[in-house]
Amino acid sequence: MSERSKPTVSVAAGKGGTGKTLFATSLAVALTEIHPGQVQLIDCDVEEPNADILLHPQITQRAPVDVLVPQVDLDICTRCGLCAEHCQFSAIAVIRDAVLTFPDLCAACGVCAYVCPVDAITEVNRQVGSVAHGSTVRGIEFVQGRLSVGDQRATPVTRATGSCKDDSMITILDAPPGTACPMQETIDFSDYCILVTEPTPFGLANLEHSVETCRRMGIPCGVVINRDQAGRPGVEDYCAREGIDVLLRIPEDREIAEAYARGETLADAFPQWHDELVRVYDDVIEVLSQVTTTSVEE
Amino acid sequence: MKVAVASSGGDLNAPVDMRLGRCANIIVVDTDTMDFEVYSNPGALAGTGAGVAAAQVVANAGAEAVVAGNFGINSLRGFKSGGIAAYVGSGTVRQAVQALVDGELQPVE
Repeated sequence: MSERSKPTVSVAAGKGGTGKTLFATSLAVALTEIHPGQVQLIDCDVEEPNADILLHPQITQRAPVDVLVPQVDLDICTRCGLCAEHCQFSAIAVIRDAVLTFPDLCAACGVCAYVCPVDAITEVNRQVGSVAHGSTVRGIEFVQGRLSVGDQRATPVTRATGSCKDDSMITILDAPPGTACPMQETIDFSDYCILVTEPTPFGLANLEHSVETCRRMGIPCGVVINRDQAGRPGVEDYCAREGIDVLLRIPEDREIAEAYARGETLADAFPQWHDELVRVYDDVIEVLSQVTTTSVEE
Repeated sequence: MKVAVASSGGDLNAPVDMRLGRCANIIVVDTDTMDFEVYSNPGALAGTGAGVAAAQVVANAGAEAVVAGNFGINSLRGFKSGGIAAYVGSGTVRQAVQALVDGELQPVE
């Protein structure tokens, strides 16, 4: 449970490329100015982490992320095939006298070992990713998860990465795009989810999915409209209809894009954005304190 | 002997499917009698692991050989390890079985 004055915020987006990482890292930079040594940024986009490109951390430690996969003792195994019959992922097969495991298909559920009538299956560690720790020049604590190349299941690595959350700090979680399991796993660590979108029909369509995901998970959410332009009211109208707070509007601005392309956050390149970014976090604290008050009254 | 054939249909006149992992049915034919059994392929609907699921059906049916247009790495690994001979075939199921019996089919290395 985060301290009330330091809610954990996740930053997500249905559509990729809307500015999620730009916003998350910019927020971290702005907040660290006011709360030095208290800000933690966790990059949970383990399939393609990129927050390091904007924050330039010094990595000091890396830890492997392992899952348990089956190892069959062929001397004990009777080739009964119960393991293969029960595996929901076709990760273990008995082909005549051969017993084969397919570790990259394995979901580490443990059912094969559980059903084996002769205890021929042991579960052993297999590395599927890693979590790196470090810090930035400004003292932002930096955590980054990375799924091993060739592996498909991001969720165990995402969970291990998000678990590095420090409840005594202001934690910002950079989520992967979309609304699938890895995104859900990420925002589940947070008290509030900031959804970054662009004011296009595609952006809006994906935003609607993201909002629904947050609602189903019971996580309060708000919207940041990035690359905002006049004459594109779709997202604003939707938010007004649905009662969703628009926390910030970042305009479509070539200079911001150029700064980003140079590896600079909004807060680095345009210090005038500091106050707005800090205000967003204050607004989130305000919203959450109201929610809690309401619950207490009920 | 029993041979498994990947097919999009349900009898000996049905076409051989181009892929084992995603075919609709695996038809297991007894080459002595030409009696056959049709097994629905769970690999057709699988997210991943289709080839493994199909190979398991082939093995469970007691087939000594398997014919399809193409095989993926997972099913091939299964067949090689288990000693089930895999062959590339086409035409109808009946034609493929006949070609196998006549020694005309190419084994997969």
